[in-house]
Amino acid sequence: MSHPAYTTVIGLEVHVQLKTKTKLFCRCSTDFGAPPNTQTCPVCIGMPGSLPVMNRQAFLLGLKTAIALNCQIPEFTKWDRKNYYYPDLPKGYQISQFDLPMSQDGYLEIHAPKGGFPDRRIGILRAHLEEDAGKSMHDEVAGKADSRIDLNRTGTPLLEIVSQPDMRSAAEAKAYLTELKLLLTYLDVSDCNMQEGSLRVDANINLHVETDEGIVATPIVEVKNMNSFRAVERAMLYEADRQFDEWQRTGQRLGQVPKQTRGWDDQAQVTRAQRHKEESSDYRYFPDPDLVPVRVTADEVAEIRRTMGQLPATLRQHLQTTYKLDAYDAGVLVNQGSGLVHYFEQLVQAGCDPRRASNWLQQDVLRTLNDLKLTIESFPMPAQDLAQLLTSVDRGELDNSRAKDLFQHVIASGQSLEAARRELGIEKVDADQLTQLCQSLLDQNPRIVQDVRNGKQQAVGALIGQARKQNPNANPAQVKQLCLQLIQQSD
Amino acid sequence: MSLIEQSACQLSKGLASGEFSSVELTNECLRRIEQCDQTIGAFLTIDRDQALAQAAAADQRRAQAAARGPLDGIPVAVKDVLCTLDQRTTCSSKMLEHFVPPYDATVIQRLRQAGLVLIGKTNMDEFAMGSSTENAALGVTRNPWDTASVPGGSSGGSAASLAAHMAPLAIGTDTGGSIRQPAAFCGVVGLKPTYGRVSRYGLVAFASSLDQVGPMARTAEDLGWLLSVIAGHDPQDSTSAPQDVPDYGQQLQKPLAGLKLGFVPTHFGPGLNEEVERAVRAAIQTFEKLGAAVQQVKLPHDRYGVATYYILAPCEASGNLARYDGVHYGFRCDERAMLDRLAQEQQESGVAVEAESALVRMFRQTRAEGFGPEVQRRIMLGTYALSAGYYDAYYLQALKVRRLIRDDYLRAFEQVDLLIGPTTPTAAYRAGEKVDDPLSMYQQDLYTVNANLAGVPGISFPCGFTNSGLPIGVQLQAPHFEEGRLLQAVHAFQQQSDWHTQAPELP
Repeated sequence: MSHPAYTTVIGLEVHVQLKTKTKLFCRCSTDFGAPPNTQTCPVCIGMPGSLPVMNRQAFLLGLKTAIALNCQIPEFTKWDRKNYYYPDLPKGYQISQFDLPMSQDGYLEIHAPKGGFPDRRIGILRAHLEEDAGKSMHDEVAGKADSRIDLNRTGTPLLEIVSQPDMRSAAEAKAYLTELKLLLTYLDVSDCNMQEGSLRVDANINLHVETDEGIVATPIVEVKNMNSFRAVERAMLYEADRQFDEWQRTGQRLGQVPKQTRGWDDQAQVTRAQRHKEESSDYRYFPDPDLVPVRVTADEVAEIRRTMGQLPATLRQHLQTTYKLDAYDAGVLVNQGSGLVHYFEQLVQAGCDPRRASNWLQQDVLRTLNDLKLTIESFPMPAQDLAQLLTSVDRGELDNSRAKDLFQHVIASGQSLEAARRELGIEKVDADQLTQLCQSLLDQNPRIVQDVRNGKQQAVGALIGQARKQNPNANPAQVKQLCLQLIQQSD
Repeated sequence: MSLIEQSACQLSKGLASGEFSSVELTNECLRRIEQCDQTIGAFLTIDRDQALAQAAAADQRRAQAAARGPLDGIPVAVKDVLCTLDQRTTCSSKMLEHFVPPYDATVIQRLRQAGLVLIGKTNMDEFAMGSSTENAALGVTRNPWDTASVPGGSSGGSAASLAAHMAPLAIGTDTGGSIRQPAAFCGVVGLKPTYGRVSRYGLVAFASSLDQVGPMARTAEDLGWLLSVIAGHDPQDSTSAPQDVPDYGQQLQKPLAGLKLGFVPTHFGPGLNEEVERAVRAAIQTFEKLGAAVQQVKLPHDRYGVATYYILAPCEASGNLARYDGVHYGFRCDERAMLDRLAQEQQESGVAVEAESALVRMFRQTRAEGFGPEVQRRIMLGTYALSAGYYDAYYLQALKVRRLIRDDYLRAFEQVDLLIGPTTPTAAYRAGEKVDDPLSMYQQDLYTVNANLAGVPGISFPCGFTNSGLPIGVQLQAPHFEEGRLLQAVHAFQQQSDWHTQAPELP
């Protein structure tokens, strides 16, 4: 039985908590984890008579992000009230932006580092600012429903970034989120911590099914409750399958049924239909008369652009053209964040070969960071020291394995490179000493000499280990080369 | 003249010269309140101890020659819509009957900083929605000139407290006429300042783009002093204007010669009570005698004012009052009874009721029980007008008309310095007369709503009495931020008339 083919169509709504000291419309702290309802004031709990005053810093962080997402920035933007009743929304409305958002029509380029899908440009419909709601905690022990509300989060600035439905697979959705998070991290506008809720993702997904009558769109489903990028990926895969099954069963098309909201159940790895929170979704938006519209000048936009620093896409290009790294390596370095890229550039500036520097960073340094749960900013070995180590390898003064020993020792002992070098007894072996050592080894191992003469060159490998036992500083490549040379000469 | 009959200016001199103390004055006011507020019902809350403590502190400052200004130690009555720290602020609503704000409104802070004695919180139409103070849930206020008549509203308690000499100064708020109309009905002076002139922080919102706090008094001079205290930019209110506050006292003294006064002929058309018309025309003549030139002007769109207002104000109110849902503060319906009822319904219908239905039921029942009928009516009007499919036809359309009305004013003020006309179509009417006819009640706002829609300042002051002895008010309106010009005109008028010095006879 042949299945008709279909394309998955995904659009993502990402809510990002902006990294401000204080809330969007009052001066309460935005710190995460404080005891419930200790970071509140009359404004953010919506006391009668209180009034919002916009936090300029939040607006600027939003603007910076929108510019980095290649959005158009209108000169004039305003605040609107989104009206709905919910216990964790103390004013009965959320201050948001409706028809004149602070930015629109941008894009984000995504790519699959190991192939998988061609490079794509995902459209950004809009990015607008709004205040976060509080948190409801439902405790339903022994059938007794008990709800508590924490308003610490109420009023925290959020940037809602709405993509076009441009993603065509779960992998693309994940790549979009990864690239977006990387961008936000480079911009330093958000902690992007999904566990703490500083980055939240909702997805809209449907299918375009190829039928005899042409392409048919299935009903759009909104998926919520996805707590990791992996969950998004899995939910999208699951949902595409589920929707296809449903389409085959019901033949329902877009517009024939109301939009459905489903929640991702990470334990069961399924999506489940959610009940509607409100009976209707008529939010009765209207301009918030308590706030004044915000004007943004071209000069302000230019200034933000000028001071923004290099962003992941341009940085990847830069590493490829300036240091001749391949796209994959450039991607790995850039995806680790600007700190690692900076460290890399320090290594190269200190004279390291870019390829060697890149390899060391990707292997030894990243592994160490992972093992020790460190960031590159707190990495104990200064770039100058690592550069010195790597240039010794470049010059053949140190073999790779000795270099790794030394690296490990520096990390483990916290010593300086020089001290570690002394402690491990690492020193340059002079040529005569090495020749002497090799000759004595050859003399002690006539069978190996014979094997080599018989064409088994790899037999000399056994001598490398012995050489290093006698002098740990002996460079294996040099030992091998010298031994072969000496055997040849003795022929 | 007894202390309670004196203007704030006179009292200020008496306090400065040590003729009497603030404690004595405050005690006089408290005595007067005790004596006649049973009948008038101007106040919802009075804290004698706090008032007297503030008065004592003021006396101490005077004694140390450290008075905080001319009004230090003078009592002021404040409409119960402005938040007062640790003192209940009810908006005369069951919803907020026991609400005690944890902060002071900016206006309250400024009053305290200037040393005024907060003598009490005055009654009002619930959430400032009404023109008679009959929509009050927590008390009945009567007009001191005729206790069978309404004091006007929504700042009816503040106006009545002044007329009955229970306080020399008062604070009101005005969204569509709520200072000027009760001022007219009670024979006192009331000013709605330019939108943005006075901070709205701590003013419990009715319609945010129209609400404005303003001073009320018996003379223009007192009004100017009180305005100087409360006006000015407030960083906590994004809509407050950064303009400097001029010296209103100085502006008061300027002669009126050369002043161009405009009137709108249609304001003297059908619907205007003859006695009111006669008094207002006489006031215009007085201004001519004072040197003003009077001419006709047009406000072509002003007849749409009431309709526009009764779309925009309810729309904003529907949002502003959404917070009263029984969750965080204020009134909550009897939850136990509600849940029992719900369980019973569930049993009868055999349909399981989900947890969220209890929440929605709590919201609904709280609001149904906590709000009075007029508030509910306006919330419904606003909710309807903002609903999908109606927004463009109502809200958006009203916004456009509002702009036209504002433009009319700007054009009119190219020709004249001030506009003059009646404040209200009639003098105070009898209590109960219009309660069942909200539309005719809304028509009372005919002459006042446009100043709110345009954001310009307006003042009402007494210009006569009806045959039955009720005060008549006349209104002046000025360009944005020209409050000084209003005070100048009213001061000059009050030098030529004694309407403002008349007092009702009370027990």
